[in-house]
Amino acid sequence: MNGAARIVVDRLVKRFGDFTALDGVSFEVAPGEIMGFLGPNGAGKSTLIRILCGLLHPSQGRAQVAGIDVAKDPEAVRTRIGYMSQKFSLYNDLSVVENLRFFGGIYGVGRERIDARVTEAVSMAGLSGREDTLVANLAGGWKQRLALGAAILHRPPVLFLDEPTSGVDPESRRRFWDLIHTLGGEGISVLVSTHYMDEAEYCHRIALISGGRLAALGTPRDIKRLGKEAGAEAAEPTMEDAFVALVGQAQGGRAAA
Amino acid sequence: MLGRILQLLLKEFLQLKRDKSARLRLLIPPMIQMVLFGYAATFEVFDVSTVILDLDRSQESRALIDAFVHSSRFRIAVPAASEREVRDAVETSDAQVGLVIPPGFAELLRKGRTAPIQALVDGTNSNTALIALGYVGQIAGSFSQDYARDLAQRTGRLQGKPMVSVILRERYWYNPNLNSRWFFVPGVIGTLALITIVNLCAFAIVREREVGTLEQILVTPIRPVEFIIGKTLPFFLIGLMEVAIVASVGMLWFRVPFRGNPFVLLLGTCLFLLAALAIGLLISTVCTTQQQAFSSNFFVLNPLFILSGFSFPIASMPPALQYFTYIDPLRYYLVIIRATFLKGVGIEALWHQMLALAIIAFVLLAAAVLRFRKSLD
Repeated sequence: MNGAARIVVDRLVKRFGDFTALDGVSFEVAPGEIMGFLGPNGAGKSTLIRILCGLLHPSQGRAQVAGIDVAKDPEAVRTRIGYMSQKFSLYNDLSVVENLRFFGGIYGVGRERIDARVTEAVSMAGLSGREDTLVANLAGGWKQRLALGAAILHRPPVLFLDEPTSGVDPESRRRFWDLIHTLGGEGISVLVSTHYMDEAEYCHRIALISGGRLAALGTPRDIKRLGKEAGAEAAEPTMEDAFVALVGQAQGGRAAA
Repeated sequence: MLGRILQLLLKEFLQLKRDKSARLRLLIPPMIQMVLFGYAATFEVFDVSTVILDLDRSQESRALIDAFVHSSRFRIAVPAASEREVRDAVETSDAQVGLVIPPGFAELLRKGRTAPIQALVDGTNSNTALIALGYVGQIAGSFSQDYARDLAQRTGRLQGKPMVSVILRERYWYNPNLNSRWFFVPGVIGTLALITIVNLCAFAIVREREVGTLEQILVTPIRPVEFIIGKTLPFFLIGLMEVAIVASVGMLWFRVPFRGNPFVLLLGTCLFLLAALAIGLLISTVCTTQQQAFSSNFFVLNPLFILSGFSFPIASMPPALQYFTYIDPLRYYLVIIRATFLKGVGIEALWHQMLALAIIAFVLLAAAVLRFRKSLD
């Protein structure tokens, strides 16, 4: 790929004391691309996202987000990204609009634009007419979409979603992914980590992370093909088959080394 | 920068406005504490239950007993008929003081000689015991002076030699009646402010950490310093308000005089609140749950209270502990608040305390900001 990439990750290493959470990960993400992060718990997905958001310092290697080095200028990075985590993180004791106005203000959305953006986010979440409802009283799916709306109030070119759909019903998950694709269509690069295999199919490309390393990288079809090569037995391996085979291969390889 | 801080401020007050119980928690407990301290906390000793055994049964011994009865310090609880009964009364806590007037008391007095009486004092509460014993001495002393003068007059100075004596004329400055409420109420203001602000500040930040909103805010362009200012400024304002309210109760209800310059107190209060906020902030950086914050607060606030000189004189502490009092912001604030209330002195008498508070606040705040940034990693 080329200099137009929105995210460039180059041999990234992160150590916590003796533990190596990320061990030389490299990839790039293009504008408008939806990149999925797949991997077992503790594989390093969240660590990677936190580094790209400027919340953690990389131990080695380089990471660029929207053209800015995350280690050198994390604050500038944060004006250009949206972030939504697995932990639901709006204020329960504030209303829908109060939450949006607060985050809009923190992101520096100007007074002349904030009203329109808030209205847009409200309708995107399907909450028109419930602007003054306290967030505590919203069901999970609505909260999720509202959090997404809050994360893009400042129209960032890059959006990070850390297991955004855990604990949400299938219908809400589907609607959520429709939204993600709409954003991708608008040119926003989306980096999303997930546990759900069916969700991986919705991504343009998938990065399979295991033990802090990139075990496989490619389109969903590529991943399934790689999975078959890695020993998945089914003739037409599902994403799950491929995942199990590739993670098994990566872990086996490490044990042998 | 200012815009983002303002947004945080707005949000904090919005949340506070919505949280009825939080508003009550801010107002009611300090009021209750103030009233409790104002009424219950006193060093003065009245109505000590006393048992008297009069083995002399003379005019003189009855006069001495009368002096005790009329003093309002002692309440003659049980008449005793034997020394055993005196001992029993003290043992069963029916009486805290037992007085025994031995036989021959009057005879010695009439001869102008020294007549001993015995006082048994329950020492389990050493403070009360000491004070009560002091009163016994005072009453006995003035009784003997009166008696000596009387005797000298009656006998034409044959008996009861004219006494040469030193008379102490006491004058207590600033608190002429030694009203302990005047001593306690200003101290309570400082203590309450410390407890409230440290708690509020620590809990507010730990709650955001626990819920996950802290992480959400940190991926916005907000800088840690901005976050800290926006998050703690509301508590600073609340602290000022609380000091004002509690101080008003002290002045209007408990009639404690305020003789100093309110601006000197304001300056001291601002410095003190900064130090308190920094302590709360530091606690929040080492705690990830509100449960931890709760126990840490207790751990930190209790020593600060004991070492502050609120009720235990710092000069009487062992030297090693006295050094610790120097880093206790409450120590300095108590001096400032008591001095502005009662002595009415100005900044020229208090600048040592102000400077110490400013240094403590600065060091703690710097440490808190550094630790806060580190705790995010």
